[in-house]
Amino acid sequence: MAIVEQQNRVLLQGNEAIVAGALAAGCRFFAGYPITPASEISELLSVKLPQLGGTFIQMEDEIASMGAVIGASLAGTKSLTATSGPGFSLIQENLGYACVAEVPCVIVNVMRGGPSTGLPTSPSQGDVQMARWGTHGDHPIIVLAVSSVSDCFSVTVKAFNLSEKYRSPVIILSDEVVAHTREAVTIPDTEQIRVIDRIAPGVPPEWYTPYAENNRGVPDMAAFGDGYRHHITGLIHDDRGYPTQNTQEIEKFYKRIHGKISKGFQEIQVTKTHLMEDAEIFVIAYGSVARSALKAVRDARAQGVKAGLLQLITLFPFPRKCVDTYLRQCRVVVVPEMNMGQMSREISRVNQADCRIVKHNRIDGRLITPQEILKHLTTV
Amino acid sequence: MKSNERYEIRFSGSGGQGIITAAVVLADAVGSFDNRHVCQTQSYGPEARGGKSKAEVVISDIPIDYPKALSVDLLLAMTQTACDSYFFDIKPEGLLVVDSSLVLQVPTSRSVSIPFTRIAREDIGRELVANMVALGAVGHFCGQVSLESLEQALLSRVPKGTEQMNSEALQAGIEEAKKIDLNSLPRSVLSDWADEL
Repeated sequence: MAIVEQQNRVLLQGNEAIVAGALAAGCRFFAGYPITPASEISELLSVKLPQLGGTFIQMEDEIASMGAVIGASLAGTKSLTATSGPGFSLIQENLGYACVAEVPCVIVNVMRGGPSTGLPTSPSQGDVQMARWGTHGDHPIIVLAVSSVSDCFSVTVKAFNLSEKYRSPVIILSDEVVAHTREAVTIPDTEQIRVIDRIAPGVPPEWYTPYAENNRGVPDMAAFGDGYRHHITGLIHDDRGYPTQNTQEIEKFYKRIHGKISKGFQEIQVTKTHLMEDAEIFVIAYGSVARSALKAVRDARAQGVKAGLLQLITLFPFPRKCVDTYLRQCRVVVVPEMNMGQMSREISRVNQADCRIVKHNRIDGRLITPQEILKHLTTV
Repeated sequence: MKSNERYEIRFSGSGGQGIITAAVVLADAVGSFDNRHVCQTQSYGPEARGGKSKAEVVISDIPIDYPKALSVDLLLAMTQTACDSYFFDIKPEGLLVVDSSLVLQVPTSRSVSIPFTRIAREDIGRELVANMVALGAVGHFCGQVSLESLEQALLSRVPKGTEQMNSEALQAGIEEAKKIDLNSLPRSVLSDWADEL
């Protein structure tokens, strides 16, 4: 009856797996404020981090939490905060600061119904566009979505790795269903996990230029206290980190921070496909809804419909190339979302193949069921 | 143990009866001890006590896609309200298990009535462990978990000092369940409703 690998099998909630992933990736600092349905992340880290020599701080609110996360990261520690809608609104100001100062950090947003206090105990996908554009200004950002307990572990590791490699905040979008579903998972051994750390300056302190251009577009990062002169500001800055009004320097700055993400598209844009090889109709889904979609696709296949699933792990930068390939292959795409159609906007935006886009939006605080999606797959 | 692509169990009652704990122990036994695929979910409202409480366990030999129950193979109802609310989600060949101390009107003959709460109060000495008595019965009836794994999972999850009491409760539930012959029940929950449907 041994169906799955037996070692290190544990029954974990999605939120607990995010903690396991963060610790495996080397996270040693958490600042946050408890909020349903993300509280288990704080609760567990408040026990685990001190045991590992890390730091857990419960801050007075989410504005301060994000500030503390940025400070800890600048001091050389991988840092995390976790929140839900109302707190996600509050972190936005400092999130912009992290984008401009290029501070690696990871923000988990366990989505619940909003806006405002909304539906604290119900799942939603209402924060998708906010994750992309929540903080003001023309900034690049990386947004990843989780759909299962094992995802919560592996995507969290990936989020830290990307944030360190590209010196960018990375947002993980979870939702109430993923956060509170328990599944038995096998946590890989530490040696099997690939962990990426930010690159420290290879020059002595007197030669260090904090934001100097290099071929990666990602400046080497010295930690505060290491003896390197490092000026951090929310103002648009020159290579030394000092505010600038020079038009050439301003343009160079914007182009570099956008360019460093574009250069990494191949590795940043993660998608999963199921039964897409010969699909004529497909579903694009993310988060917990992707699980309903997978069941719907399997049931449709059983009825003779050539259906497939494209699951988005990376929501932003939007995986245009991959989506485009399948929009050209199939005649219809069904886009189920627990919002009024936030990701389907992106799909419409890139749809040049005249693939028919069928939206399915559920906004009553319940997870979309496989039957709802199946109905579209068998009737369109 | 039966092999199944998907077997769904719903635990239901009211907040404070330990409905979710029972589901978590079963999921742990199936997932961590029997090494099968399992998904455990629950629904809850903004209030902390009272109100309906519902927890589900989906068991499968292949990776589970949709994590919640679609049509229930076994429904445990620990209150009349829960029984009335969820009865119609049972598969025709599914099974209803009720706490006969609290559920007085049973909607089908394809059901098992065991006084879990009374057993917990009178035989074990604490009403608190009614959930574990019920878990024992559910574990036996579902045929999806090894009863040794169930006991190990229970012991690894209950507070220190309460192991013996919880373990006795589980065994009491298993023993009560063993007295019942499921083959003597009607084949379908619908038979009582044939005229209505």
